[in-house]
Amino acid sequence: MKFQDEFRDRELVKNMAANIRRMAERLTKPVNFMEVCGTHTMAIYQFGIRSLLPENVRLISGPGCPVCVTPVGYVDRAVACTADARNIVATFGDMLRVPGSRSSLMEERAKGADVRIVYSPLDAVALANANPERRVIFLGIGFETTAPTIAASILEATKLGLSNYYVLASHKTMPVPMEILTADPDLALSGYLCPAHVSTVIGANAYKPLAEKYRIPCVVTGFEPADVMQGIEMLLAQVLAGESRVEIQYSRAVSWEGNPKAQTIMERVFVPCDASWRGLGLLPGSGLAIKPELARFDAERALAIDPGEEQENPACRCGEVLKGKLSPFDCPLFATACTPESPVGACMVSSEGTCAAAYKYGR
Amino acid sequence: MCLGVPMKILSRDGDTIVAEVDGVQKEASVMLLGEEVGIGDYVIVHAGFAISRLDEEYAQETLRMMKEVFAPEDMR
Repeated sequence: MKFQDEFRDRELVKNMAANIRRMAERLTKPVNFMEVCGTHTMAIYQFGIRSLLPENVRLISGPGCPVCVTPVGYVDRAVACTADARNIVATFGDMLRVPGSRSSLMEERAKGADVRIVYSPLDAVALANANPERRVIFLGIGFETTAPTIAASILEATKLGLSNYYVLASHKTMPVPMEILTADPDLALSGYLCPAHVSTVIGANAYKPLAEKYRIPCVVTGFEPADVMQGIEMLLAQVLAGESRVEIQYSRAVSWEGNPKAQTIMERVFVPCDASWRGLGLLPGSGLAIKPELARFDAERALAIDPGEEQENPACRCGEVLKGKLSPFDCPLFATACTPESPVGACMVSSEGTCAAAYKYGR
Repeated sequence: MCLGVPMKILSRDGDTIVAEVDGVQKEASVMLLGEEVGIGDYVIVHAGFAISRLDEEYAQETLRMMKEVFAPEDMR
């Protein structure tokens, strides 16, 4: 796409970097900006954004990778689903290698379990339609970008009258963890690069309570190098002016109201619930559960799943990485015991994970 | 898995579109989109669904403003 290439214009990005350096000279103390979107984390490493910034403007990666924040207990439940030969477990590819307490979906598949990678939740519905004698269990993880697509798959299964389609739901919603991290004095956050595609659905208004309550600048930012640089520049301008507003840098895709149709479909299928996050623990109202009237699609309620006892690998520091308290480079396992080929923790598995991005681009 | 990809719509049949990026063509559903889209429009496709229309006018406007603010002659 022509206009996308222009957002990678080296000259433009260089000028933006010079501008940011000049602005940063006026800072009285260093600022910490957090990105809470895995795609931002990838872009920041891939385009070497950190190397363009002065020392007193720091970027911290937060819990923006949906696979990474999924707790080990969920992986155990997904693995338990593969034990019954009637079941087909359908999932997005990056869940496959995430280690559970004793096994991963990849290991179970190697032993003969029927685990299928799908590109869209609708592919999982089609799988259920084509295999009426089997049960298809789709692993429903992801933020507000993915939740409407899974809600749509449940509505599609209803329309087709399917009784063999299930979702093992563990959806998370974004503003709640941002509030927890803002309140953490250790992080001393000065601003957020707000997630772009989550915001296409929920709209930029969703961050207003955060900006107002915690007086923290929020800028909804796109993924190209010029987008990220402008997002940082807009945050800096707010910090220097002593302001804390929500602004949209990524106006070509994000509005204040978001996508009302996606929101409506999500509300028809899900209700807010408490959710467990890797690294952050149980956060009230930060998840989405399937509504009771649609319980027949809810794998958790409709099927007997016994995940066994949960065991975290005590050496894994993913929890601290997800909170922005540990850089991947400071984890003793990074690039030694833990690599993308043989990941110990979730942050090294998904390409959106902070450790995977640091491994691929940052060394 | 959370990757949204900007794609150009090549064809549309009901709620199903075929969209393209870098020569790769994919089918996607537009049932989550609140606004009408057609052939030639850009959308962000995530997990088989178009979740947002990508507005080229806004993109050009952002670029124009960026270039104006960050013009080389203003830089030291």
